[in-house]
Amino acid sequence: MSETVIKCESVYKIFGENAKKMLEESNGNVDAKTFQEKGCIVGVNNASFEVAKGEMLVVMGLSGSGKSTLLRCISRLTDATGGKIFIEGQDLLELNNKELIELRRSKMGMVFQSFALLPHKTVVENIAFPLQIKGTKTEESINRAMEMVKLVGLDGRENYFPRELSGGQQQRVGIARSLAVEPDIWFLDEPFSALDPLIRKEMQDEFLRLQEKLQKTIMFITHDFDEALKLADRIAIMKDGIIEQLDTPANIVLNPATEYVRKFTEEVPREKVLIIEDVMDTSSNDNLGDLKVSKDEIIENVAEKILTQEKIVAVVDSGNNIVGSIKPSKIIDTVFGGRKNGS
Amino acid sequence: MEYLKKYPKLFQWLFLLVVFFALCFAIDVPETYKFIRGQAEFVKDPNQSVYFFLGKEVRYYAFDVFWRLPPLLGWLPIWINDSLFFLMNEWMPMEFWNEDTQEFKTRPILLQISRNLTAFMTFLIELIREILLGGLETIVAFTSWDFIDAYPWLELPGLPWTIVAAGAAILSYKLSGKGLALFAGLTMIYISIFGQWKPSMQTLSFILVAAPLSFIFGLGLGIAAYKSKRVEKALYPILLVMQTMPQYAVLVPALVLFGVGDHAAVIITMVVAVPPMILLTILGLRAIPPEVIEAGRMSGCTNWQLMLKVLIPTARRDILIGVNQVIMVCFSMAVISAFIGAKGLGFNLLLALNQLNIGLALEAGLCISLIAILLDKMSLAWANKQTDYFGNLTFFQRNKNVIFFAASFVIGIILAYVGTFIFKGSFNYLFEIPHNKGISTADFWNKGVDWIFDTFFVYIKAFNTWLIQDVLQPMRALYLRMPAVATLVLAVGAGYLIGGIRSALVVAALTLFIALSPWWDRALVTLYMATFGVVISCLIGFTVGTLCFQNKKSAAFMLGVCDIFQTFPSFVYLIPVMMLFGITDTSVLIAVIVYATIPATRYTIEGLRSVPVGLHEAATMSGVNKFQRLTKIEFPLAFPHMMLGLNQTIVFALFMVIIGAFIGTEDLGQYILKALSDKNGAGIGLTLGICVAFIGLIFDNLIRTWVEKRKKHLGIA
Repeated sequence: MSETVIKCESVYKIFGENAKKMLEESNGNVDAKTFQEKGCIVGVNNASFEVAKGEMLVVMGLSGSGKSTLLRCISRLTDATGGKIFIEGQDLLELNNKELIELRRSKMGMVFQSFALLPHKTVVENIAFPLQIKGTKTEESINRAMEMVKLVGLDGRENYFPRELSGGQQQRVGIARSLAVEPDIWFLDEPFSALDPLIRKEMQDEFLRLQEKLQKTIMFITHDFDEALKLADRIAIMKDGIIEQLDTPANIVLNPATEYVRKFTEEVPREKVLIIEDVMDTSSNDNLGDLKVSKDEIIENVAEKILTQEKIVAVVDSGNNIVGSIKPSKIIDTVFGGRKNGS
Repeated sequence: MEYLKKYPKLFQWLFLLVVFFALCFAIDVPETYKFIRGQAEFVKDPNQSVYFFLGKEVRYYAFDVFWRLPPLLGWLPIWINDSLFFLMNEWMPMEFWNEDTQEFKTRPILLQISRNLTAFMTFLIELIREILLGGLETIVAFTSWDFIDAYPWLELPGLPWTIVAAGAAILSYKLSGKGLALFAGLTMIYISIFGQWKPSMQTLSFILVAAPLSFIFGLGLGIAAYKSKRVEKALYPILLVMQTMPQYAVLVPALVLFGVGDHAAVIITMVVAVPPMILLTILGLRAIPPEVIEAGRMSGCTNWQLMLKVLIPTARRDILIGVNQVIMVCFSMAVISAFIGAKGLGFNLLLALNQLNIGLALEAGLCISLIAILLDKMSLAWANKQTDYFGNLTFFQRNKNVIFFAASFVIGIILAYVGTFIFKGSFNYLFEIPHNKGISTADFWNKGVDWIFDTFFVYIKAFNTWLIQDVLQPMRALYLRMPAVATLVLAVGAGYLIGGIRSALVVAALTLFIALSPWWDRALVTLYMATFGVVISCLIGFTVGTLCFQNKKSAAFMLGVCDIFQTFPSFVYLIPVMMLFGITDTSVLIAVIVYATIPATRYTIEGLRSVPVGLHEAATMSGVNKFQRLTKIEFPLAFPHMMLGLNQTIVFALFMVIIGAFIGTEDLGQYILKALSDKNGAGIGLTLGICVAFIGLIFDNLIRTWVEKRKKHLGIA
């Protein structure tokens, strides 16, 4: 595993007057109900995880599950009530205001659900804003902002005001703005939730293209499970402030940890999510047919080929070494069977 | 019993009314009681009771406590007055260097501060006045009288009126477009031709000083309140009282602190104009989406950068609406400040009204109204104007307004110069048309008024007599017949039924303050006039509003009319009613009704408009007819908003009743007017103002609490 960029150790966020005191008294055993009776609302409950460099962690949960609160703790837009947060080894909660501002100016970028553009600035001025705040010279910042305009495909509209743009275009500006300072860490808070389904899909593809190019460390918040599956390296599923499960998309679909997670996975078309490696048989098998499929293929793409085989199909890695095997019946099992019991 | 369970509130209200009337009938009017007219309180009378508190002597006519409470707060105005006097004239004497006499002089520090402040304000006002009208005091302020004698050409010449008119038109064009530019130009030409140029510019200079200062203070305090809960909590009660305090009443303490004249008026205008600015600043900053603030923070803004580059620009519109409010308040104060000697249109109006020269008053009033509309439209256009991108425009396009103004500046000066040849030996009409040397229509109006009087006198008089004898007098007698205890029970009971213990306590405290002041009777008279005005205003306003709402065009038109009427300073309303009804209570009441109908109409239309379209459609699909839709859907949903309109109507009515004292009524306003000319009036004026404010706040509290509950109940909070 490569180096850790974001690290959370039992982070709590509890809203309410005596939150801090109550948390200390509870010794880390926070029960949302008892807290609520005393007038406190639990936002994030004992969240611990790490995000590696270049990894995309998608935090998924329904509204009120605490996912946005968790993100705001890590960007320190609100102060966590308890626990520790490290950004590249630096203790975030120990930073003073000046250091925090410095950190945000150099390392963090954030995209918001409602775009949060400044209404009085043009597209290019909005994008140049974080640079100008930092003290970059006007000309330099505008040049850099123009590069970003091109990157997100808004050339020709750089002098428009946000009110003259569609939702998708506004979010492109939001994305460009968050990337203007070349941050290492990129926070996205439901960036595509306010968009129409077609535009959303287009933006997701665009986003994947950008990420391939930029390789940022990303925390992405969404309430859309399909979006999470499509984008994530790993997914954290939250409910009532607690992270129910944190794992790769495939593992979440194949082995949901709780009943709550299982409900999400029920309707997921597995052939679109799982790759061969997830379902192959790793024990050695001599009775292999001629067909070889890569272990990284998504099942949907190779299902037809495998199903027409009578013999067991060999699975190979990128070096064409055989690493496992898969029976055609396994494909049918995966796609149609065993949903109710898990597999 | 079943009804009791079904409508528990109704029975509680009935019970309250029964108790109230029982008290009214049970407590007899004491034989010695009579309404005190004139200055009777201040004349020593052996029948009066006396008590001393804090060394102040309070005299009053004692009655049964159930009938009238003793004025236990009677010492308060005297105490305020003495304290002010002490602070101004005796507290902390210090030595100050006097420029004129070249020696040290001992003065109380507050007096010195007040003198310096007024000197500064005078300087600012004179500076702007002399730019507009010419003069030499600004130059003198920097040099000396001897200097100006030696170099008389240094005297500021003043701007020709053509340049100011062109400037106003160009600015209007930039802010809004051709329509407003035309209106601005015509208004300025009208003002000039009718010889109101000088007073108008005096008033304008007053606003140009008061408005920017009020804006700065208001914005600063608003930001402070937004940042700190504690500041907000401290400001809140002051803001509340200032909103319902008649502008008239704050003039009195200004006299003591700052003397007579424009400078005192400017300072006190700021006191009145800052609260709405604070409120709108807080409102605007609160309305910013939290994500925009977070975006600013994540961009790495420091607190200062966040405020200047993110928060204030995003809240721009609300803040500029605040500027609009500030300008309008300043303008109406500029008119009313004539009472403490501010120069300008208000002074001319007051003079004309005092001489009963309705024609002149009408001319001044028209000028005031036109300027009010112009200022309102211009500042609103500014608020609604969106920033445009100008990087791709040519130099000429970008600076055309400046170029046009420069051109008109040159042309104006050339015209003025040419004028010296055309109007040799008389006034140069192309430079400045002196006061009352323009066209005057005063005679026409005066003749018109005379004609109306000659022709309709019989009818007007008959109406007047009927109204006063058969309606007003009995109503007034009924109000005065209420024993204090009954009134208190009614107010507190209503508070309890509407908002529970909390409301009951607030209302009780406010009512008690008035009851324990020496002016309970006067407050009742104020209340009776206000009630009469409010009832009729609401009847008219709700009806007109509902009728206009039936058609989109008429609704928009009516709102426009309301907008225009609302911009007029309240004082202006007295002119036409005095013209028709002379100096009677009827005049005041009609002014009250006209003025207070504005918010009643406006809120009715707005309330009905705010009913969601979806509900309309749902109702139509359920097959209701227009009338059913109005009574079953629109009225119930719009009612809370209409009640807010009632709240505004009450405040407007109270303001007008108080100003009506100028015509001669026997309410609290009469005493405020008296306090204005009284050397020891500051305490009395302030306490009276607070009394009026509290009457407004009692209703404000009750109505707002009810509306909030109702809105929550309807799910439209």
